[in-house]
Amino acid sequence: MSEITAPAYRIIPIIPALKPGAMESARSFVANDKIQETIGFPGQLVDNWHDRAIVKMGELLGKYRSLKVYMDACVHCGACSDKCHYFIGTQDPKNMPVARQDLMRSVYRRYFTLPGKLFPKLVGARDLTREVLDEWYTYFYQCSECRRCSVFCPYGIDTAEVTMAAREILDSVGYGQKYSNEIIGKVHKIGNNLGLPGPALLDTLQGLEEDVKEASGFDVRFPIDVKGAEVLLITPSADFFAEPHIDSLIGYAKVFHATGTSWTLSSKASEGGNFGLFIGNYEHMRKIALRIREAALELGVKRIVVGECGHAWRVAYSFWNTLTGVGEGADENDRFAMMLQKQLDHRYKQPVHICEFTWDMIEKGALSFDKEANDKHIITFHDSCNVARGSRMGEFAGGQFEIPRDIIKAVANNFVEMSLATTREQTFCCGGGGGLLTDDLLDLRVKGALPRMEVLQQVVDEHGVNFMATICAICKAQFTKIMPIYGFDRRMVGGVHQLVSNAIRLGAK
Amino acid sequence: MSTFFALLFCLAFALFALGLGYKIYDFARTPAPLKIPTTPAPVNTGGVVLRMAREVVLFESLFKSNLWIWGLGWLFHASLALVLLRHLRYFTEPVWSWVAFIQPFGMYAGITMLLGAAGLWGRRLFVERIRYISTPSDHLMLVLLMAIGLSGLSMTFVAHTDVISVKGFFLGLMAFNWQVLPSSVNLYAHLFMVSVLLVIFPVSKLLHAPGVFFSPSRNQADNPREKRHIAAWAKQLESESGK
Repeated sequence: MSEITAPAYRIIPIIPALKPGAMESARSFVANDKIQETIGFPGQLVDNWHDRAIVKMGELLGKYRSLKVYMDACVHCGACSDKCHYFIGTQDPKNMPVARQDLMRSVYRRYFTLPGKLFPKLVGARDLTREVLDEWYTYFYQCSECRRCSVFCPYGIDTAEVTMAAREILDSVGYGQKYSNEIIGKVHKIGNNLGLPGPALLDTLQGLEEDVKEASGFDVRFPIDVKGAEVLLITPSADFFAEPHIDSLIGYAKVFHATGTSWTLSSKASEGGNFGLFIGNYEHMRKIALRIREAALELGVKRIVVGECGHAWRVAYSFWNTLTGVGEGADENDRFAMMLQKQLDHRYKQPVHICEFTWDMIEKGALSFDKEANDKHIITFHDSCNVARGSRMGEFAGGQFEIPRDIIKAVANNFVEMSLATTREQTFCCGGGGGLLTDDLLDLRVKGALPRMEVLQQVVDEHGVNFMATICAICKAQFTKIMPIYGFDRRMVGGVHQLVSNAIRLGAK
Repeated sequence: MSTFFALLFCLAFALFALGLGYKIYDFARTPAPLKIPTTPAPVNTGGVVLRMAREVVLFESLFKSNLWIWGLGWLFHASLALVLLRHLRYFTEPVWSWVAFIQPFGMYAGITMLLGAAGLWGRRLFVERIRYISTPSDHLMLVLLMAIGLSGLSMTFVAHTDVISVKGFFLGLMAFNWQVLPSSVNLYAHLFMVSVLLVIFPVSKLLHAPGVFFSPSRNQADNPREKRHIAAWAKQLESESGK
């Protein structure tokens, strides 16, 4: 493999010229039989894949209004064409959101619309050939499902929905992706995406208690499987061992400690991430979410709090109530949902983001900080796509932007915004989301980070920024990997609760 | 010729109404199993109505995206709306006063509509990205709309048509009472192309018009924690697994 280098910054961020086929060979590894069959998909591409794919597509068109409307409504206006970070970084025209959708729309037109059946050439309709199927695999695994295109589409067409449908069809004919599907197998079998077994987790947490004691002098606990705790913390498993994720885990623990909140992790549900979302599979997404309901019931907790993870928060905030009845209005016939409804404390939203929890405590005056502890940092904030465009925090629209920033400003003195065209709902994906955080796609990941790196460079040059805070495990992992390739120090990236951890006063309560 | 156009219009309108009605029914009956508004999104229904109104009237998202597409697209659609309203005078007797009032504006809107469409076509032809994503039907659709506009304008500015008889023809048609259509090539061309547009409406990208109202990323309120949202087919899973 040739060495992967960062693309050059654009002097003025002009829209790049097209380079057809630039990324046609960037294909993530295909899942083997064992990975596929473990999670209930055919092991290999089935013989009658063509017919089964079309049947599956028809089924999805009947189950998802999003897919049906999005297939019909696009007018090829081009509003989205320059909005995808992968297009900007790779210049491959098939990474334009509309062109990516058209990989499927062309097949939709051929099999499901009259003009496509009668005049395929005229309306850009195509037969589903093996080449087309391969192209689906290639380019639908070059989409991070970040929804940036949907912000700009006059009909709100969300390419993520199309990508998810395509991956679901591919999985159903035995053409799955190794990275995502292997992880889904692990979370079902072991309880987390990393395949970290219970004893190893316990060990890690004990080690953390010792480390924090040594560094701060306080007995900050990292409890696991404690029945009767008030809060169940669901966090991405990367928080247990990866850098810089672990520093945010320490931050959560310190917040719970300083506010006197009894809390626990769960060895059964030791994962906030839910890759069922990435492959667009409702059943897997539901099954993964149900582990958390089971853990909450077993432990008898009153509140569920979710750690710093973008897509986990989207699933928790937007989908948990649908999938498991965790919020309000569970189905009367769903015994377990009813039990959970009785058990949880409905004076609080369910679930709550750790940033909502911390900010609430700050507002109540339950936390105090030595802001100077963060004076070595000049901080900027990278909005993570799933938090920004697929969820909310707090009581009002846009709380997901304000609350993390408010926390940063409460715990540190130096905060700088990046260009407004690249933050909040217009934020750029880190380049590694949506099931693409795998080394077999490293070239794509490096190129996809280009627009974020450009504006980061700007604030580094103009304001001396040396810390980019973010609240997503995938963002953190992606940036620590690719930023050195752009010439940045990997330690520039960290979590919001890492900053909280630096400044929080543990003694004063 | 009058009979031909009478039959053509009845047929085209029937296909349009049935086809569009079916598509709207189809959009409406398909469940949206998950809450997927593009956030930040309104947290209640009132807010959703406002968001949708801004989207449909002002093209808010397109404005955020690209001022050229927004400007040309908005010019085209606003003009088209005026032109269509102006045409109400051929279908009502007596003509409503506000329809009479907008007649002169509607006439010039015919010109701005053409300009908008021409500008959009120019982008399609000369902007590399948009040329890449354009299918032949995308070009033809704009050609058709421009030809309809040109043939219509020609009857106002070049060769006048006996609009009184045209009105008589359509009022008659609406009462299934065949009347004679004045013989004019421009009129024939105009009416023929309009019926083509009516026929292709329910099977083409013109479905963006009803589609936008059904787009879950725009028409859902952001309240998943407060209110459980579940589709019938997803509910089925709950009784099957029991936990």
